[in-house]
Amino acid sequence: MNATADTYVTEDGRTIGGPVMEMKNITLRFGGVTAISDISFDIREGEIRAIIGPNGAGKSSMLNVINGFYHPQEGEIWFRGEKRKPMKPYQIAQQGIARTFQNIALFKGMSTLDNIMTGRFTHMKTNMFWQAIWKGPAEREEIENREIVEHVIDFLEIQSIRKTPVGRLPYGLQKRVELGRALAAQPKLLLLDEPMAGMNVEEKEDMSRFILDVNDEFGTTIALIEHDMGVVMDISDRVVVLDYGKKIGDGTPDEVRNNQDVIDAYLGVAHD
Amino acid sequence: MFYREAGDFKTSYAADSQTFPIRLDRYGYYTTLAIAFLFVPLVISDYWANALLLPFLIWAIASLGLNILSGYCGQISLGTGGFMAVGAYSSYKLMTAFPDLNLFIVILLSGVITAAVGVLFGLPSLRIKGFYLAVATLAAQFFLVWLFNKVPWFYNYSASGQISVPTRSVFGYEVTGAEANSEAKYLFILVIVVLLAYIARNLTRGRIGRSWMAIRDMDIAAEIIGVNPLLTKLTAFAISSFYIGIAGALFFSVYLGAVEVGEAFGIQKSFLVQFMIIIGGLGSIFGSFIGAAFMVMMPVLLKNIMVGQLGWATDIAAHFELVIIGGLIILFLILEPHGLAQLWRLTKEKLRLWPFPH
Repeated sequence: MNATADTYVTEDGRTIGGPVMEMKNITLRFGGVTAISDISFDIREGEIRAIIGPNGAGKSSMLNVINGFYHPQEGEIWFRGEKRKPMKPYQIAQQGIARTFQNIALFKGMSTLDNIMTGRFTHMKTNMFWQAIWKGPAEREEIENREIVEHVIDFLEIQSIRKTPVGRLPYGLQKRVELGRALAAQPKLLLLDEPMAGMNVEEKEDMSRFILDVNDEFGTTIALIEHDMGVVMDISDRVVVLDYGKKIGDGTPDEVRNNQDVIDAYLGVAHD
Repeated sequence: MFYREAGDFKTSYAADSQTFPIRLDRYGYYTTLAIAFLFVPLVISDYWANALLLPFLIWAIASLGLNILSGYCGQISLGTGGFMAVGAYSSYKLMTAFPDLNLFIVILLSGVITAAVGVLFGLPSLRIKGFYLAVATLAAQFFLVWLFNKVPWFYNYSASGQISVPTRSVFGYEVTGAEANSEAKYLFILVIVVLLAYIARNLTRGRIGRSWMAIRDMDIAAEIIGVNPLLTKLTAFAISSFYIGIAGALFFSVYLGAVEVGEAFGIQKSFLVQFMIIIGGLGSIFGSFIGAAFMVMMPVLLKNIMVGQLGWATDIAAHFELVIIGGLIILFLILEPHGLAQLWRLTKEKLRLWPFPH
């Protein structure tokens, strides 16, 4: 693989495009603590990019930087060929970046359907006046978006819990609804923060399949943080490894697996 | 047996998201509307209008307003009384400054003015949450009441410091003033209530309502989805204050006729509306109505029982009334924290399976 070329072809034959997001020399400090120091990497069109590393390595901070929750002291963020100005998280969402959270962050008082409909927020435009009248533009827009949401519901196989308040759902399904909410936004870049944390093997398999299917069917670019190495090595195209806020490895799963620094810091060796 | 979804198939998304998905509910709603518009005006008496119907309808508007802010958007407010005062004084100033202005327009403009004031006092909500916001809105309550007492311009320099409503007619019928009869007052308010409830339902079911609820349930996730927190909270404050302002304007102009601000719009009114939405059900349009009904009818009912039936002295009855209502509120909070609306929802769920629960 040639990392400098604009495109590359994965093992399973998908062509990956140019960079969607480029992080250039990002440094993030909290007071005296440097959470991320001088990290650069890119996320390319259509790929599944994993960010791994031990606890406290700066993975979630990295997602929060991409999201706009944190503003790095140094470095540049380039999104779709343009340098990004400092923005609020909701403005970044409007640019087409969606994410899920490590600890589920669903809207507990709302049904599954309403949660996923909320994911369409950036695509809905009717103003207060028409919303109050309802009949006409507001209802039309609601129905158009409902159709897209129903596609997502079908895709994630959660038709039967459409009207259930999400607070009543089991953990695995809640994770799936959260993925649905992010997908409903039809994002250009989808960030998943530990999508498989706390799941059993079966649920992990389901979730892996959904992630691969999302990437395959919609061509969505995905960046994910995950601790399950089996899953990471199986589903991701390229992996970036962080440790103590520094980048210690970057490449295909095979390259990373054989990188001595990564083995020392994170993967370890099998004792036999 | 008739309360069934079975056989009531939905074939479009519009039908699936309608307000009353079950046929019997729909009929119940139309029947209620028909009775309220056609039958009640025929039998209404001054006692019923003044003791029950008018206050019920006016407080229903106020609790709709507060429910939008607290129940849907999750922002606590104790400024309801103050915002009602803004509505009342706006309507007074508008009526006296522009005598020819239609009363509907006056009420509408009073709502708009209150919305602007509400937005102003909603600004701190971006930085402070929960109890601290409640304290900030409490400041609004006291400041506004003080302002209307202190600045004579607001009460047109009247000697008593009170404001009293001039006579105004709608479609040739007097609605405000001493001569107005109950039917006209009732119908005037009823039209406004139905319109406002319809708008509240529409606002809460769509894009804007979902953004409010998203902020209420998980503000960080809402922001990640593209919801601008400040704008969303401020629209909730604006719409909520709009409703509360209209309630205040009606309370003054149609119901009371003359008002002294500290007495009519004091802090106890803020708590009254707060109780209404808690008892009725946070985040429920229907709950706003039953909460208002409960808080308006309960004292009247208790008074009738204690004074009328048992023959107690009025002062003892008045004190017991407070004790009983306080007790009932605590009881409700313990037994059903989500209010009467949730109780009704559970009953309906049971009813749907009855008599074969398995």
